[in-house]
Amino acid sequence: MTWAAISAILAHWRRHPGQCATLVLGLALATALWSGVQAINAEARASYDQAAQVLGQDQLARLSRADGAPVPLDTYIALRRAGYLVSPVIEAEIRTPGARLRILGIDPLTAPPEAQAPALTGGEVAFTDLLGTPGRLFVAPETAQRPLPPDLPPLILAANLAPGTAVTDIGTAARLSGQEDPSYLLVATRQPAGLPALAPDTFRLTLTEPQSGNDLARLTDSFHLNLTAFGLLAFAVGLFIVHAAIGLAFEQRRSSFRTLRALGLPLRRLVVLLGAELTLFALVSGLIGIALGYAIAAALLPDVAGTLRGLYGAEIAGQLSFRPAWALTGLAIAGLGTALAAAQALWRVSRLPLLAPAQPRAWAMATRQSLVTQFGAAGALALIGVLLALFGSGLIVGFTILAALLLAAALALPGVLIALVSALSRFATTPLREWLLADTRQQIPGLSLALMALLLALSANIGVSTMVGSFRTTFTGWLDQRLASELYVTARSPEEAQDIRAAIQDEVQAVLPIIAVETELLGLPGRLYGIADHATYRDHWPLLDATETIWDDIAAGQAVLVNEQLARREGLGIGDMFPLSPDWALPITGIYSDYGNPEGQAIIGLALFGERFPNEPQLRFAIRVPPADAPALAERLRGDFNLPPGNVINQDEIKRFSLRVFEQTFLVTGALNILTLGVASFALLTSLLTLAGMRLPQLAPVWALGQTRASLARAELWRTALLAALTFLLAIPTGLALAWVLLAIVNVEAFGWRLPMQVFPGDWLRLGLYALLAALLAAAWPAWRLSRAAPSDLLKVFAHER
Amino acid sequence: MNVRTLLLPLLFAANQGLSQGFAGLGTDAEGFAVPAPNPVFDFPADHGPHPEYRIEWWYLTATLTGADGADYGIQWTLFRSALEPTDAVGWQPTQLWMGHAGLTTADDHFHAERLARGGIGQAGVEAEPFQAWIDDWAMSSSAGVGEDAYSALTVAARGAEFAYDLDLQATGPLIFHGAEGFSVKSADGQASYYYSQPFYEVTGTLTLPDGPMEVTGTAWLDREWSSQPLSPDQTGWDWFSLQFQDGARLMGFGLRSETRANYTSATWIAPDGATTAYPDGALRLTPLAMAEVAGRQVPVEWRVEMPARGVDIETTPLNPQSWMGTSFPYWEGPIRFTGSHEGRGYLEMTGYD
Repeated sequence: MTWAAISAILAHWRRHPGQCATLVLGLALATALWSGVQAINAEARASYDQAAQVLGQDQLARLSRADGAPVPLDTYIALRRAGYLVSPVIEAEIRTPGARLRILGIDPLTAPPEAQAPALTGGEVAFTDLLGTPGRLFVAPETAQRPLPPDLPPLILAANLAPGTAVTDIGTAARLSGQEDPSYLLVATRQPAGLPALAPDTFRLTLTEPQSGNDLARLTDSFHLNLTAFGLLAFAVGLFIVHAAIGLAFEQRRSSFRTLRALGLPLRRLVVLLGAELTLFALVSGLIGIALGYAIAAALLPDVAGTLRGLYGAEIAGQLSFRPAWALTGLAIAGLGTALAAAQALWRVSRLPLLAPAQPRAWAMATRQSLVTQFGAAGALALIGVLLALFGSGLIVGFTILAALLLAAALALPGVLIALVSALSRFATTPLREWLLADTRQQIPGLSLALMALLLALSANIGVSTMVGSFRTTFTGWLDQRLASELYVTARSPEEAQDIRAAIQDEVQAVLPIIAVETELLGLPGRLYGIADHATYRDHWPLLDATETIWDDIAAGQAVLVNEQLARREGLGIGDMFPLSPDWALPITGIYSDYGNPEGQAIIGLALFGERFPNEPQLRFAIRVPPADAPALAERLRGDFNLPPGNVINQDEIKRFSLRVFEQTFLVTGALNILTLGVASFALLTSLLTLAGMRLPQLAPVWALGQTRASLARAELWRTALLAALTFLLAIPTGLALAWVLLAIVNVEAFGWRLPMQVFPGDWLRLGLYALLAALLAAAWPAWRLSRAAPSDLLKVFAHER
Repeated sequence: MNVRTLLLPLLFAANQGLSQGFAGLGTDAEGFAVPAPNPVFDFPADHGPHPEYRIEWWYLTATLTGADGADYGIQWTLFRSALEPTDAVGWQPTQLWMGHAGLTTADDHFHAERLARGGIGQAGVEAEPFQAWIDDWAMSSSAGVGEDAYSALTVAARGAEFAYDLDLQATGPLIFHGAEGFSVKSADGQASYYYSQPFYEVTGTLTLPDGPMEVTGTAWLDREWSSQPLSPDQTGWDWFSLQFQDGARLMGFGLRSETRANYTSATWIAPDGATTAYPDGALRLTPLAMAEVAGRQVPVEWRVEMPARGVDIETTPLNPQSWMGTSFPYWEGPIRFTGSHEGRGYLEMTGYD
């Protein structure tokens, strides 16, 4: 009996291979998008961990100066000669246009074992080569393939190094960076017997305990949460397909189930068999999904890497590694999705009355009552969203608002569509059109899940593109303000900087020094700039809020400017005192926008900067010349001073570069958007196919009244187009609400800046056309089948109950 | 694999690239000076470093007796190894420094190691006033004006589980090994400059895991530098410093060879400091008993014969496990001996892999 039952159940799929494919594909797609995103996140996190483990940051305490300045060499030697086992590190970044490399110079002679200095020994490198000139740089294979600054010592490949980082002897690092004093000191976990406890204060240093988490992971959390939200959205949309396919398969087999039960198959066993069937589907689709997900992740990872570099300066590997735990999670998600999508169908089977006629019902027929319930749920969710927006804070709250908003819109969709179609039918001029609209309204419950999927995809698209568009417009305007000078020059030594200044002083409008130190701003890494008193800044600097005397105060060394992220993070406003070091604070006179920079930043007057940091070499400056003269001057500077091309940069080049980074940043978002829209169209197709079979009884009478099959098929297309168009119209307000949440809540939490929202109706028009096209494509096949339906099939409707 | 093991070839093994033909002509192929016969020492300058030579060490061993009557031994060593024959300032090293400290009791053997690059002040040696240091380990002269810097020293070192702090007073003169300080190391002619101060009286304190221990005893300082320590076939050495009850001392070593007979050399030091150098073959070293130390077989008991001086003794270690598990591992510890003579001494054995 069991075998007979199994063959009866499985026979369905032999007869409907398309349905089988839909189910597998839907589940695989849902799994793929979700697990693809997870794979990307896992890869990125692994890279952050690797970065954190470099030099045993997760195990070793560090000694550094409170003001972020390097530790004087004398202090290091004093600590060693007092018997403390500390080891120096020179950390520096070498930048040339399009290439940069973080250099970590360690002292292999004193590095504690936890610093993983053994990674330096492959056995092939002679110690003399490592310590001598030019030295060696140890880099991950991935780093070696990137564009790197010129004139580096020979590279040695070593696994387990963070991407974008080169580890080398401290002597080599000192030579490459021109820095003699250690950036910080590593403290060995085990100190010699009988030494007094290390008192950092006596050496004017602060001790940082080993960090279990790491800055990068914290900084990029929001980005990964973003990706996860997208993955979840895609997963939800995919589940609509699965739900439709499973519902159809169960509906069509109702008669088989009844027959099997009548023949004596216990209900329990039937349910177990169906469960096993679904498990098999979940397993197969899950495996396909994992493979697809891996492919998606591998394809997107380089863009994600670009995004993270652009946004946070975080380096992650551009190559995906396979993680078994990730694959298992993917399978589990596929199983969970199947269970979610099939629960209703299985429950119905378990309640199947043994003797009731096995007549197919419209499986998703909604009653007026359920519409009201849905609408009520939508209202409640919308209310929750509004309350959260008013009173909540934090990134998770932001995403919760997004979820509530989208879900509310989706739940409200069928009711709104029915109301709209009902309203339209009042304008119907012919009986046929009236029938068409009535029939459309009757079809909405059956299509509602697919339409919800379409709504979600379209809203997400509108919301995200509005955010990106607003960002792009603001960012471009901001670049124009921020990069007011025509040329940016970097000298190789303070002397060369002097020479260049002297050479051009008389023929340019102004030479503006650019000078900064890496420091800690209220406990987190940041930069402090010195700024010249010049009209360039007075006229152009992108201020969000400022006092009237701001530039005079800055020039007098009596005030400080902070960037928006820092002000928002610390809740700072105009007039607040800002501590620049434990014994030094200035009032804030201005807050400026600083997009694309994850760190806090502050600006003081150039004279004050010089007093506070007299040893900071003056290497960079901006030059104001008439724009037409800029290229010639750039060319001359490169020639006269033999400067590498990257050391003299035109304003245009920086802008182009910044915009490229920006575009790359949102490449992933765009790709995920398109994938989601594709999945939603597919959901629409499966739903239409499901309905097509069931709708013959409704169509046959109209055909019998004289409508041709072709005109009926056209009507099908019209109907789908109408529903898609209405759904799209509803997606616009939903998408705009989404954009508002993204700009006003999520962005502020994630990046620390708030952008003015701008709308792009042109984009909507394009998206509306895409949606229409997708819907028509989805409807084309069922319509074509209808136009080719055998008249005998239509006649059968009147002959018997099938 | 530790980066420090890479120091080994620099410090101790024979450099295959050395051109032996240059021996005596002043410099080798890479510009390092090489020892030449008939040296004229210039003190106090020669107590300090010789960066133009590849390797150099300040090597102190002491046989001590605690207030508890038990035997102890300590070692304090600073090695210098040159990457280039210059003494540069800054992070780019031309000179590397390695400190070893050991403390032996009958039951325990503690050791510690420190590494440093020259040029930044973390380690170094200055001739006047004499001080040799790496981190907080130091050997400094406490000699009065006009006295030899080595005639009085303070020595201190500290490891993870031990520390010591000793005062040394010399009761005799510096002595020179080989031909007036030119000490030949193989039949091929490799040589070093080698002199010692073997006459120290010691007082001081050991800090052991159980607490401090006052000690007294004797100590021996070796000074040696060269650019060409061993022949390629030579695998290691066994070095003895022995103090006889009548006040005489004997320094003797044997260099083991894979292909040839062992090469031995010895210096007899009379109680007044008068020395007699003995050429290859005068000293006979015969292992008597092996012990498993750090996973290898090491001869910890020896028969030492020198018929010319009527010496025929057998040595036993204070602690057979006196293993220096440092980057370059070796055995180094205090011994006692009986036979034709009785007394105490120190034994160093390298190259037992």
